[in-house]
Amino acid sequence: MTQPATAPLRAPLDIEFDYTRSLGPVLSQFMAALAQRRILGARGADGRVHAPPFEYDPVTAEPPGDLLPVGPEGTVVSWSWMPEPLAGQPLAVPFAWALIRLDGADTALLHAVDAGSAAAMRTGLRVRPRWSAARTGSIRDIACFEPSGGPAVPDDPGTAEAADGMTVTPVRLHYMHTASPGEGFYLRGLAERRLLGQRCGVCGQVYVPPRGTCPADGVPTHEEVELSPSGTVTTFCIVNVGYPGQRVTPPYVAAAILLDGADIAFGHLVLGCDPSEVRMGMRVRAVWGDEGVSHFEPNGEADAPYESYERFM
Amino acid sequence: MSEVAVVGFAQSPVAVRDDATTSGVEMLVPTIAEAFGACGITKSDIGFWCSGSSDYLAGRAFSFVSAVDAIGAVPPTMESHVEMDGAWALYEAWVKVLTGDADIALAYGFGKSSGAELRRVLALQLDPYLVAPLWPDSVSVAALQARLGLEAGRWTEKDMAEVAARSRAAAAGNPAAQVSGSVTAAELLDRPYVAEPLRAHDCAPVGDGAAVVIIASAARARELCERPAWITGFAHRIDSGSLGARDLLSVPSAAGASSAASADVGSVDVAELHAPFTHQEILLREAMGLGGDVAISPSGGALCGNPMFAAGLARIGLAARAVMSGRAGRALGHATSGPALQQNLVCVLSGASS
Amino acid sequence: MKQQAAVLGVGQTRHRSKRTDVSMAGLCREAADRAVADAGLTLADIDAVVVGKAPDLFEGVMMPELYLADALGAVGKPLLRVHTAGSVGGATGNVAASLVQAGVHRRVLALAWEKQSESNAMWALSINPPFSMPVGAGAGGYFAPHIRAYIRRSGAPSHIGALVAVKDRRNGALNPFAHLQQGDITLEKVQASPMLWDPVRYDETCPSSDGACAVVIGDAPAAAEAPGPVAWIRATSMRSEPTMFAGKDHVNPAAGRDCVAALWRQAGITDPINEIDVAEIYVPFSWYEPMWLENLGFAAPGEGWRLTEAGETAIGGRIPVNPSGGVLSSNPIGASGLLRFAESALQVMGKGGEHQVPGARVALGHAYGGGSQFFSMWVVASTPS
Repeated sequence: MTQPATAPLRAPLDIEFDYTRSLGPVLSQFMAALAQRRILGARGADGRVHAPPFEYDPVTAEPPGDLLPVGPEGTVVSWSWMPEPLAGQPLAVPFAWALIRLDGADTALLHAVDAGSAAAMRTGLRVRPRWSAARTGSIRDIACFEPSGGPAVPDDPGTAEAADGMTVTPVRLHYMHTASPGEGFYLRGLAERRLLGQRCGVCGQVYVPPRGTCPADGVPTHEEVELSPSGTVTTFCIVNVGYPGQRVTPPYVAAAILLDGADIAFGHLVLGCDPSEVRMGMRVRAVWGDEGVSHFEPNGEADAPYESYERFM
Repeated sequence: MSEVAVVGFAQSPVAVRDDATTSGVEMLVPTIAEAFGACGITKSDIGFWCSGSSDYLAGRAFSFVSAVDAIGAVPPTMESHVEMDGAWALYEAWVKVLTGDADIALAYGFGKSSGAELRRVLALQLDPYLVAPLWPDSVSVAALQARLGLEAGRWTEKDMAEVAARSRAAAAGNPAAQVSGSVTAAELLDRPYVAEPLRAHDCAPVGDGAAVVIIASAARARELCERPAWITGFAHRIDSGSLGARDLLSVPSAAGASSAASADVGSVDVAELHAPFTHQEILLREAMGLGGDVAISPSGGALCGNPMFAAGLARIGLAARAVMSGRAGRALGHATSGPALQQNLVCVLSGASS
Repeated sequence: MKQQAAVLGVGQTRHRSKRTDVSMAGLCREAADRAVADAGLTLADIDAVVVGKAPDLFEGVMMPELYLADALGAVGKPLLRVHTAGSVGGATGNVAASLVQAGVHRRVLALAWEKQSESNAMWALSINPPFSMPVGAGAGGYFAPHIRAYIRRSGAPSHIGALVAVKDRRNGALNPFAHLQQGDITLEKVQASPMLWDPVRYDETCPSSDGACAVVIGDAPAAAEAPGPVAWIRATSMRSEPTMFAGKDHVNPAAGRDCVAALWRQAGITDPINEIDVAEIYVPFSWYEPMWLENLGFAAPGEGWRLTEAGETAIGGRIPVNPSGGVLSSNPIGASGLLRFAESALQVMGKGGEHQVPGARVALGHAYGGGSQFFSMWVVASTPS
């Protein structure tokens, strides 16, 4: 039997975390100054003034001496136009990315310029920082740069609460996750309340859930095998600890379960009895829920002999 | 130094593959089988495996682990992984063969670039304190580099379009290419900017794929391949991570890698360059000293198919194929990594062993 | 033709749960500076850099070595980034060694690091992709069932794991770089600590650390110029197998057995327990000490716990294991493997300080990762052969 050609299962996968970054001595000074609406640079061994400052000189790998004030105005060295800003970027309206050489510096800082239109941008344009109203000691304390010639910015000192030597960087990424053909086949079986596996044509072993590829032989697997909803607990642990993203409240049993007819155990929950009653060799059966097998529970049969599952632990 | 040669190469077609997982298994299994078939070997002949891929492309930790399923690592294998393009995995494999610990080694690279918005994911390669929090995407960063060259008189938008037109025409002969066809530079220049000064044709398309290269020691290479592509030089270098402090119009790491790989890199017949943007091909040619008589990226190059973490390895495989087929006497494969050509690798191959 | 290679210098950070006084670059540089200084060199003397780290999601930086090139003095040089899950630190050492053994470079800096406090490793490891089964058990939950299987198979008494924890934590108190400093820990305290993943108790698990480790590896002429003793690399070995396959032995994995067999063969070792003076073994959960003693052939299958119970794995025993305090005392994940390799080198260099095993001349460094599937090892010695 071969798998019917069906569309792959796909679903969004969002990766979101606020990273807490400690800055170290050089960047702490730089960020603390940003919160105070000042920009600092560092002089390199070759005499160039770097703004932003380096932690380690690209030429000598040495840390800088005292930081020195630069800018706040600067000159555009190069630019590109962002017609449709992406999530997380400094501006939601079309803007320019620019390499900006701040006055007194020899290197460039990468930031956004709110120029209104590409026609207003040019290399050599003089720009000044537009400060964020609430500053926390981050490169985003500079909201963006803007053409120096424009109307003067109202003098709003805003608020400055630089967290001592720390900065928080949110990372939000959105993926479209695709299930493998083996996973898709298994999940479609679950929807019909069937436990489906595959047998490798080379080693003859039955895998459940199926992989679509035999991990031992590296060849695609095609032969379908329907398995019994009963099996044996080969080994387990009792989870007493909570952690982010956990789906069941502790304590609970996470077990390796060898379905009758399978050649590999897989991990699942054993519920329906006190965790202290779960033991190696315990016979269990699948309990169906809305999304396939919700868990396993004791099926009342006598325990399997150790020899029958010893090599599947 | 002992002699090592490329004896086999295969790559999957480059495309946005809605059916492929981020573990790469579906793309790798047939590609590895094809490479084995060409050499007449099986997995038990491989003494060392090395792969290149990225967790951030996959959107989860340890994503490369499930790719090990594709190689059938039972009984256990000698194996390693780099969080880099597969070209650097090949470098590690080459070193392993040089030590004598393996006679035949296989490097693979894979990437599902389409799993998330690639240009945004790549912003996380930038300085995590000073730059990445602004989320400058990879296309915009390349555009800053392109404008520097335009305004310095190093190239024109027409030069860039001509690189694209030549690449697309060349890719017509490459069944793995994602983009190909006949188009003139003038037609391309009529199209809108996507990140001024870059137009769509200036940027590699987003595509998924895998590549496999097999190498062997001198003792085994001739058994496996009629005309092995001998590795006569292999080197890589990295430039500063500070975009604003780098001279973006010189690529010291590419120049350094190519001169370390060969004293006479300009005399190769073919150079497969990993240039994801049209202006970067021009920069790389200049940095490496590749003259007008070198055939540049006859496969169509990365501009016609750039599966992240496989594309650099594929360039070396394509260069080797040019030698193995007799179309080239000497060929160069190049890989790049990081924003605006920060890191570069060069592998020089020859039909004649040194 | 393989060239001889030796560890010329070793450096590591003071491992802590949060190193908020440094950036990622600063953390790495602390270890790198110490390693090159220990070798009597500067960063400018280094020909190539190999960086190892566990998943990029831990710090939220994609391929952070790109940004670290300046801090590591790697600008203009070759830089490789290795990632082989938990074994990555070991793999980093082995890849750096192979660059010298192949004759490609003369002096290579291997550096491995993790700054776990930037995020939460439990979060990064628990990301459940769509369609996966709702069975999450957390990091320890993956390994605890295998520990239960070991106990069943070997008949080991239940206090063995606690004995390992006491020994490693007390060793850690002899090591100023160790994260946990628990010189007064007792068997009773370990046994009274909360049962997290039954049969694994809190005090039997590794901490979460920020830290970095670096070693400088050089060829024979470079070793001759080194100011102090060096650790000669007698053998290196790596083996991998899939996470799960029919017939996988999670307790005594074939990849580990094959890896060490190749290692002993290369090093000319036929009687490991008598020829190895000290072993730094990757033990993130206490019970893995007896399990790996068997996997490595220091004891017959089912007998490893007897060495632990008899105190033979303590400093002064037949096969001292983790005199540095091991992963149970410090766990900057990406660096943990290289720390094992580096500590084994320190022992044969005679620079173990208070945790020196007297007279150590031949040592094993060991790392593993993934689902007990990636193994990386080396043997270092005070003489080249």
